[in-house]
Amino acid sequence: MPEVPETPGADGPAGNGVGRHPHPGAPIPIDSPQFQVAAKNPRRVEGVVAAAFVASFFAIAAFGAAYWQAASSWVLGVTLGIALGTFGFALVAWGKYLMPQGPFEEPRPQMATTKEEKDEFVADFATRGKIAVERRGFLVKLMGAAGAVLGVVVAFPLIRSLGPRPNQEQSLYHTKWRKGAKLTSIEGRAVKVDDIEVGGIITVFPPDDLGGAFSQTVLIRVQQSGNIVTQPGRETWGPDGYLAFSKVCTHAGCPVGLYEELTEQLLCPCHQSLFQLSDGAMPVFGPAPRPLPQLPLYVDSKGYLRAQADYDEPIGPGFWYRGGANNEYAQ
Amino acid sequence: MIDSLFSWIDDRVALSRSGRHLLDKIFPDHWSFMIGEIALYSFIVLLLTGVFLTLYFVPSSTPVVYHGIYAPLRGQTVSEAYDSTINLSFAVRGGLLMRQMHHWAANIFVGAIVVHMLRVFFTGGFRRPREANWMLGTTLLILAIFNGFLGYSLPDDLISGTGIRIAFSIMESIPFVGTYLAYFLFGGSFPGTAIIPRFFILHVLVLPLLIIGLLAGHLGMLVKHKHAQFPGKGARDDNVVGSPLWPTYAAKAGGFFFLTTGVTALLGAIVQINPIWQYGQYYAYKVSYAVQPDWYMGWLDGALRVMPAWEINLPGHMIPNVFFPAVLLPGLTFNLIYAWPFIEAKLSGDTAEHHLLDRPRDKPLRTALGAAVFAFYFVLFGASATDVLANYLSITLNVVLWSFRILCIVVPIVVFPVAYKICVELRDTPGAGQRKRHNIIVRSADGGYSTIAADEYPGYVRPELEPVALDEVDLVAAMSADADQGPEGVYRIPRDYS
Repeated sequence: MPEVPETPGADGPAGNGVGRHPHPGAPIPIDSPQFQVAAKNPRRVEGVVAAAFVASFFAIAAFGAAYWQAASSWVLGVTLGIALGTFGFALVAWGKYLMPQGPFEEPRPQMATTKEEKDEFVADFATRGKIAVERRGFLVKLMGAAGAVLGVVVAFPLIRSLGPRPNQEQSLYHTKWRKGAKLTSIEGRAVKVDDIEVGGIITVFPPDDLGGAFSQTVLIRVQQSGNIVTQPGRETWGPDGYLAFSKVCTHAGCPVGLYEELTEQLLCPCHQSLFQLSDGAMPVFGPAPRPLPQLPLYVDSKGYLRAQADYDEPIGPGFWYRGGANNEYAQ
Repeated sequence: MIDSLFSWIDDRVALSRSGRHLLDKIFPDHWSFMIGEIALYSFIVLLLTGVFLTLYFVPSSTPVVYHGIYAPLRGQTVSEAYDSTINLSFAVRGGLLMRQMHHWAANIFVGAIVVHMLRVFFTGGFRRPREANWMLGTTLLILAIFNGFLGYSLPDDLISGTGIRIAFSIMESIPFVGTYLAYFLFGGSFPGTAIIPRFFILHVLVLPLLIIGLLAGHLGMLVKHKHAQFPGKGARDDNVVGSPLWPTYAAKAGGFFFLTTGVTALLGAIVQINPIWQYGQYYAYKVSYAVQPDWYMGWLDGALRVMPAWEINLPGHMIPNVFFPAVLLPGLTFNLIYAWPFIEAKLSGDTAEHHLLDRPRDKPLRTALGAAVFAFYFVLFGASATDVLANYLSITLNVVLWSFRILCIVVPIVVFPVAYKICVELRDTPGAGQRKRHNIIVRSADGGYSTIAADEYPGYVRPELEPVALDEVDLVAAMSADADQGPEGVYRIPRDYS
């Protein structure tokens, strides 16, 4: 190791650099260590960098060949990755070990401006503006009026044309279920009372809204037979062991798709809300705040399952204009 | 030829006059300053791979029957968006690689921004004069998260479609304007046919333009302020110490771009991401198990899960459950981030310019507060995997969910005092953070043993070098003096012991 002359102040603790002005006015000899490269053995580092460039060359050639031969994606990616990676490695190593590392410094002016600078700018800006504006006060008012109208008129169609207002005809408040609508599978087949085994589950839609995001309903045949009453006031809603609930989670709107037959619970796979069917799909776990609305059913003379009416409350997650939990608007 | 071309250009833009000092521009060296560079370089990868993808992606919900080369999907009715994504993955040469690189680069982009922000926060890099740049960076993070969400929503697959459904519910939950916002964005009710084309133009034009513009401002301010630096190596508030732009920093930063791109290419090659052919086309009535968003939305998903089942019912109105975790929480989060430089200046009374960065331990209160807040979001992030954890650990969802509900309150409360104490202890321990001096055991001639302290930096003979002002020296002469083989041999320069 070579001898290095003591630099003034160098024995102070690291970081205590404030107030040290190195080399005041004195020129730095060009063989100072600051100009030396960082490599202990520059020849060897040069060899490593050269090897990396050569590797990059071959890897990118391999990438080209792989692309030409329509090789699989991982071959393309690995050759490309190696080519870019070795190229980058070579450049970094070159810069880090074979170029002057300093430390070098440059002055950094304070950002804050002086009061004079600010005053001068403000005075110029304000005075010029004042003269220009005061002479033409009428024009300024007209400009303001025209600009405001322009802004409003341009913004209105831009935003207003984007979509319809969420009014009551839209799906926020009503689904496509109507009195007498047959419960229909996604394939378009109306469900009959014998179609589903005990413990079975199927997603049904009104016939005119197959796949509908808001009409989607789970139809479940529970263990008990006969008329199922989940809540007072729903005495006729569950004929022949069938229960139908909105499939749209009252939390964030995911399809409540997982049914556990043993406990008669529906689980939402997005945020794990759990609904107890025998209790009117009351949420028993997770973040869902309201039960899934129940669709009132009946069985017609030919054995088809049909809806008595639409849901008696807005389905799915809440919104500002929905009203409280027991929304009465539908009655 | 090159000379005359340069001369022709220079006579018209005077680059050699205005740009000469740029060659000498000093960049401080520290590993943590490269995290922001990773974000910048992944953004470039995103632009390049993204342009490739737009050549093949069809932003449309129109149903088509799949007839491509992926056999399991043949004959199924899918949207054009899904169909074209499958085709560009399987039928376009290099398409899958480009798609996976794009997705990986997006994850790296947001990740690098977050880690970069943590670095700036814990080292006090947001203090005057950098408050505005901190806020600009926060805006960039928000835009990056939004654009990531828009991007992974485009293929119209079962998982991303579910994410769009949740986004619709979240928009609906905003008081007064929520349903209007949702209906205007979606062109009507969910799902409609407008959302894919609209997300597309936002994803490939509007948000990238905003990001490019703000990024230019972010970097412009960085150049104006000059990069902040850690104390040591003669660094002061009124100077910048490091390596010059040309050639040292240019080589290192340029190489780092290729390294970042290379790692992204390797990830895109061998680590599968978002295999939408396994998820299938999105249908509003279908859903999949283990529905998790990309990682940067995880804290929001976790917040949705741990939120108790509360809603606020007002006469005729309602503030729905999702409003609190998905609108209020992010709103508070980002406003707190925006306001933090001013809050801290108010609390500390320190309004001076700072160009020397703090060590986190030297500001125990800030560090402990930051650690506690970050721990809160980290727990929320973990909570986005409640179902997977319950399955994997064979415990009930009930236990997992309640654990996370308790943890997201308890963990920050524990982290704060622990981090505070660690900082104080470290700060008050002499020599902590410095490299330990080795002890050399010496045996004397008469058989006794004694220890002596080794060099402060083993292998190095000198303490730090003094920084050299570049305008005082002739770097060209110094470089051409063949420093490799100077008469004094080769020096190894101790670095980063500040």
